[in-house]
Amino acid sequence: MEQKEGSMDKENRAFEPKIIAFLCNWCTYAGADLAGVSRIQYPSNIRIIRLMCSGALDPTYVIKSLLEGADGVLIGGCHPGDCHYISGNFKARRRVAVLKTSLKEAGLEPERVWLRWISASEGAYFAKTVEEMVLHLKRLGPNPLNSMWAI
Amino acid sequence: MNKRVLVIGGGIGGVQAGLDLAGMGIKVTLVEEKPNIGGRMAQLDKTFPTNDCSTCILSPKLLELASSPDVDIYTCASVEGIVKTEDGFVARIKKRARFVDEKKCTACGLCAQKCPVKVPDPFNKNITMSKCIRIPYAQAVPAVYMIDREHCLRLLEGKCGVCEKVCPAGAIDYEQQDEIKELSVGAVIVATGAEEFTPRIRPEYGYGIYENVVTSIEYERFLSASGPTNGHIVRPSDQKEPKRVAFIQCVGSRDVASGELGYCSSFCCMQATKDAVVTCEHGPNIRSTIFYIDIRAYGKDFDRFVDRAKTEHGVEYKRSRISGIIESPDTKNLVVRYITPDGALKDEEFDLVVLSVGLRMPDGLGGLLEGIGVKLDAYGFCRSGAFSPGDTGVDGVYVCGTVTGPMDIPETVVSASAAASLAARGLVSPDREPLGKAADRKEPDTSGSPIAVGVVVCRCGTNIASVVDVPSVVEYAASIPNVTFSEELLYACSQDSIRHIINKIREHGLNRVVVASCSPRTHEALFQKGLEQAGLNKYLLQMTNIRDQCSWVHRDTPDRATEKAKELVRMAVGKARHLTPLHERYSDVKKDCLVIGGGLAGMMAALDVADNGFVVHLIEQESFLGGNLLKIKSLLTGEDVASAVERIVKRVLEHPKIELFLNTDIAGIEGYVGNFTTKLLTGDRETSVEHGAVIVATGAREHVTESYGYRTDPYVVTGREFETILEKKNPLLKYVKRIAMIQCVDSREGERNYCSRVCCSQAVKNILRLKERYPEKTVYVLYRDMRTYGLREPYYTAARETGALFLRYDASRKPVVEKIEQGSFIIDVFDKILQETVRLPVQLLVLGVGIDPLDTNDRVAKMLKVPLTQDGFFSEAHVKLRPVDFSTEGVFVCGMAHGPKHTDESIAQALAAAARALTILTRDRIRSQAYSASVDEALCTGCGTCAEVCAYGAIEIDKEKARVNELLCKGCGTCTAACFSGAIDLSGFTNKQIVKEFEELFI
Repeated sequence: MEQKEGSMDKENRAFEPKIIAFLCNWCTYAGADLAGVSRIQYPSNIRIIRLMCSGALDPTYVIKSLLEGADGVLIGGCHPGDCHYISGNFKARRRVAVLKTSLKEAGLEPERVWLRWISASEGAYFAKTVEEMVLHLKRLGPNPLNSMWAI
Repeated sequence: MNKRVLVIGGGIGGVQAGLDLAGMGIKVTLVEEKPNIGGRMAQLDKTFPTNDCSTCILSPKLLELASSPDVDIYTCASVEGIVKTEDGFVARIKKRARFVDEKKCTACGLCAQKCPVKVPDPFNKNITMSKCIRIPYAQAVPAVYMIDREHCLRLLEGKCGVCEKVCPAGAIDYEQQDEIKELSVGAVIVATGAEEFTPRIRPEYGYGIYENVVTSIEYERFLSASGPTNGHIVRPSDQKEPKRVAFIQCVGSRDVASGELGYCSSFCCMQATKDAVVTCEHGPNIRSTIFYIDIRAYGKDFDRFVDRAKTEHGVEYKRSRISGIIESPDTKNLVVRYITPDGALKDEEFDLVVLSVGLRMPDGLGGLLEGIGVKLDAYGFCRSGAFSPGDTGVDGVYVCGTVTGPMDIPETVVSASAAASLAARGLVSPDREPLGKAADRKEPDTSGSPIAVGVVVCRCGTNIASVVDVPSVVEYAASIPNVTFSEELLYACSQDSIRHIINKIREHGLNRVVVASCSPRTHEALFQKGLEQAGLNKYLLQMTNIRDQCSWVHRDTPDRATEKAKELVRMAVGKARHLTPLHERYSDVKKDCLVIGGGLAGMMAALDVADNGFVVHLIEQESFLGGNLLKIKSLLTGEDVASAVERIVKRVLEHPKIELFLNTDIAGIEGYVGNFTTKLLTGDRETSVEHGAVIVATGAREHVTESYGYRTDPYVVTGREFETILEKKNPLLKYVKRIAMIQCVDSREGERNYCSRVCCSQAVKNILRLKERYPEKTVYVLYRDMRTYGLREPYYTAARETGALFLRYDASRKPVVEKIEQGSFIIDVFDKILQETVRLPVQLLVLGVGIDPLDTNDRVAKMLKVPLTQDGFFSEAHVKLRPVDFSTEGVFVCGMAHGPKHTDESIAQALAAAARALTILTRDRIRSQAYSASVDEALCTGCGTCAEVCAYGAIEIDKEKARVNELLCKGCGTCTAACFSGAIDLSGFTNKQIVKEFEELFI
């Protein structure tokens, strides 16, 4: 099932990964808005879900997204120290760290799950993150669960 | 009495004053000269000492002010004159034409895209070009474009007119005229700020001559991710990343030679430290060097920040006033010439030089202020007396922020709240109109009826429609289950569109609405209002963002953008199906205020709340009022303390609204904002008081040292004790000929790694008083950095002029005191300039020992559920923008309980805390958020994890079940993610709603 690094065949190049993003209302969602206001272009593979705080991200959302067939999950919160709710982003950080370990245990690929701190003024960084993630997932190939369920 | 307050200036000071006044139910008119509010803070990249993003923390305040129904904001406007009348003032306000209709402009930006005229961008300090029609920055409030009348071809020559042709909203109006308005107000707050010093008049720094010499504010724009270089640090000359950046401190400050700028600008040491840290973070190969005279890291946690800059980021600090900068013509590198601590002249090359420019008063403000009798000092600042901060000497006119002298952001915010409380006197009333009548309105019960979703897809002129195929999205929406109505609108946010949506809701019996348009962050409230008008609960709205997060960012792939828009609509419908009506909750407010601590801050806060008509319960542990102030004789600025204390204590004792509890302890505090019950213990007698807010003013105490033989020798005293010796003309003074003052005793290192802020000024004050009477006595001051910040600096200069000798020592080489006999010491101190140890024979040691937090802070903090800092002082909600608030609502802090501070600073903070408390006490009811966590008791195991992760103490475990206090809950949802049994959910963002939202993607 593993995709070897760098072996992007034709099929994969045509492959358009589907990314679900859970973004906090105050920083990263606002950063995504700023990317728009600044007209910074990035790939359209991302579908954004607004949470009030990255601390509200239930790890089951990520697991469920992957099981349903998402190729990647992006979690976006405020930079450490900037959380609108004091410390929600630290809680997100801890949860995602634990989640990634358990994903690995369960045979899922933790590198499909990205956690990034993107502030309301970092529109360009948001766009760059999406671009990088799409590239990364193209290299990684489609979520293997998709084809497994298809059988 | 006219109940409106005029606030002049829309920087953070004016904004905070406006927010506090509106919070007290007072109408505000805010006048700002620039096209947007936010002032200088909007231009900053980050803020020290936490490196928070400046815009991110500022924007919510700006939006809050702009959306307040009690606040009128005039931008592009100035106050031309103020006249005193019988019941207040009449102000003449000149509103300059924007040539863009504020009501029509949707900030789509098409005009700026098409405008052919490029002009230097003033918001980016003219580093980059902008268009002749522009908005200063993306998050500007108000989000309205403006035509630069000095460059517009249409206005100047009657040509062009492109913006009018392309504006889809018809907002361009070349005929707009400047307007003059007259406004009657009850009080005026002047928050006009100061401006940066222009280093052009100091040619030795090469600013304006050498390309790679920039000012600190220009550098902030380089660092900003939304600045001219998108946050990349580059040299102006070749756009290459510099490897060596020098920061030159005190440019235009502490400049005795020029006379005029003899003060310290207060914030630049920390700004340079922050910028140096951010610079180092940009790349491992960039080196930052700061050239300084004294590092004035006097604020809370500032010293630790400087330490981290040195140890973690490798920022170099070089103590030297530089004598000049010369450019190497071939490389455009800059050679900084400076004197090393051992007196040698050294040249060092840098790629970029940042001049830390200080603040100065702009010319021209004097006319307006002096016209109504307000006096300015020699520097042009509008300075208040130490015991009356914010006061101008003219009744009804108050000042805050840097117009009163150089200060940093939190001090500006404090002074703004203080000014608000002063301006509020006589304008607030304890019986204010009750809030939240809307909540009582009956909404039709839609719970039984089948789900009927209406989908509105906005074209946003061409903003969405030029990329996304809107008709096909509308058609697609109609095919989604439960969608009974869908259509497109040209501008969904326009007034007639909202009316149209209301009609469609009624006509089609819709009970859920999806709006696919722009960001809910900016437009949700508008559409929610529409739903309310249609008789629908406003939380049955779901927005999805197909502009900012779709059409604007996928311009080149219209098919894929359309596909994405369809999926986003389907996801929104998926969530909308599960939306339920939500209601804000209300609770009554108890009108009394509890003030803990009868020192200066506590008394001033109590008086201010009581003067505004509310009952105050003032609690003091001791049998007397006055606290630390009783031990101080006079202030640096000359005020006599004893008479001031007497006056204040008398007012407290006689005030009919203040109930004083002396010899009293607090046994327990229960409740939440608006509704506290506190048990008091006076001797054996227990009483209980009910109140709506708490002000913590417990103070601090002088540090007790064991260093340098203190307590073993009567000739070793603290600075405060020396003050008494001087005042009482103690006979000891006859014997003593040579005095040494040792500063920073047990401070700024180890466990007490903070600056006590007052000791340097205390030493300076003592020198001035001593030398006045005994000019022949020799004084040595052994110091690490002299921190006579702001307008205290001229006193330091005066102290040097008395002949007192200032010798700097390093923390690693402290002075060593050898006691010969009682009243005779030899001090060995290493002198950096001579590079040798100097021996000083003295008869008296005066120690600058600093301030300690109270041991009881911990107990009070636990009772109030508020945090303490590492050093043991109370920790405010946000170091920059909420300096007197706690994250626990309804509890405020002021005075030295918050950290060491001067008398005037304590009073300003006390008034600020009172203003903040008044924003609660003036209400009859407090409204909770609609988004709130709730517990399914059947599933709850009472494990307490939710209570643990809640940052607001909003969850308690009661009878083995979690219980949420909806008035404290902020709706972040952190508890829902932590719950093991799925028993706790956040309304508006329930697990089900979110899962259903993303599941739609895979159907």
